[in-house]
Amino acid sequence: MPVQYAGIRSEHLAVRRDVGVFDVSHMGEVHTRGPQALEFLQHVLSNDLRRLPEGGAQYSVMCREDGGVLDDLFTYRLSECDYLTVTNASNHERDFEWLHSHAEGYDVDVIDAADRFAMLAVQGPRARALVSGLTDGPLPMRFHTVERRVAGVAALVCGTGYTGEDGVELLIDPEDAPLVWDAVIDGGAAPVGLGARDTLRLEVCFHLYGNDLSEDRGPIEAGLGWCCKEQTGFIGSEAVASVRRDGPAEKLVPFVIDGAGIPRQGNPVIGGGEVTSGTFSPCLERGIGMAYVSAQRAEPGTRIEIDVRGTERPAIVERKPLYRKAS
Amino acid sequence: MAEASYPDDLLYHPEHDWARVDGEQATFGITWYAQDALGEVVFFDPPQVGAQVSKDQSYTEIESVKAVSDVIAPLSGEVIAVNDALSDKPETINEDPYGEGWLVRVRLSDPSEVDSLMDASSYEASLS
Repeated sequence: MPVQYAGIRSEHLAVRRDVGVFDVSHMGEVHTRGPQALEFLQHVLSNDLRRLPEGGAQYSVMCREDGGVLDDLFTYRLSECDYLTVTNASNHERDFEWLHSHAEGYDVDVIDAADRFAMLAVQGPRARALVSGLTDGPLPMRFHTVERRVAGVAALVCGTGYTGEDGVELLIDPEDAPLVWDAVIDGGAAPVGLGARDTLRLEVCFHLYGNDLSEDRGPIEAGLGWCCKEQTGFIGSEAVASVRRDGPAEKLVPFVIDGAGIPRQGNPVIGGGEVTSGTFSPCLERGIGMAYVSAQRAEPGTRIEIDVRGTERPAIVERKPLYRKAS
Repeated sequence: MAEASYPDDLLYHPEHDWARVDGEQATFGITWYAQDALGEVVFFDPPQVGAQVSKDQSYTEIESVKAVSDVIAPLSGEVIAVNDALSDKPETINEDPYGEGWLVRVRLSDPSEVDSLMDASSYEASLS
């Protein structure tokens, strides 16, 4: 996946206003199959897997015993005892090892499926109409998945994405990927690179593992308590419950620069804290970012200052998301 | 501008900066190659008028969506003017890097430094 094709700003706006396609085949996949697939995934993933119906999609984090986040993942329930979990590329090997080693004692097969799938994300207000025209049946609702033929080839069509726009993600055989890519481009989608993928997700405050999430941070301080159901007893649930009860020392907050300047990952927050993601927002036309700050300064409206390479830039803590579609 | 170009009336620094020398003054900017590598420029924070700049040292920053880049001074001197129009339209640096996208005007402290810069053909050869 290149950083950009035509330019980050034009690719970004194509997704917000029309439709774009991302080749995210670098993402990893893990199959979990067997009579105890549900029990096993419930043990390692933070969300309540019992609420995931067949054909459904669910977001969760995977934690260490101490609550540190190993990865954030989407899991699709393909059939009663067959689940597909999408991993972040940089974490895939570690995730697979973790899953594999914790599967002992469960009647499941944990299968590394990263080589079996290419992944194309078609996103934007026209994404569904475009893909629908290439598909042999109805598209899945948001947070659902169905098997379809897209451009004549078998695809797992998922109503998910990483842009804040409607759209689908297509999991397909790598050999079929060029054909599907070409069909989507012929349908008018703009090819979109890694640069716009980052600006799009940051405008809607989706986390990027390695920036906003790490083993040193727990899900509560990262604002992901909503996908943690500690009563299921997942690995790390006691640590997560303890932080939820006592309150985290720091919280991840979105912010907007008040005036000139573009924050970047690693910029210090004056008085304590650090920017974990920062960029120029093509929609807001301002510097935006996310930062960990002390819980006392996490309220929306709080004024903070970011040290952008020696210049103090005033910023305002905001609510998620930073960008909302005009309705 | 879509096509690469390196005007003959400019002098070039290997860090992809140009200087238009006029006696003891010079105008600085970044080359077509530099703006193309940066991508769409979204922010230019000019130095103060009166600031001293030193040849081969960074004197300001230009930011595109994806990254921030130091801008290296091709010659030494004192800033006597900055292109204020860029604060509202930083993309001018992409659209017209040798004209309306100029960055600063400098009174040279050592005009003999000019001899160390490249002409257009040498600079262009250095890019390949």
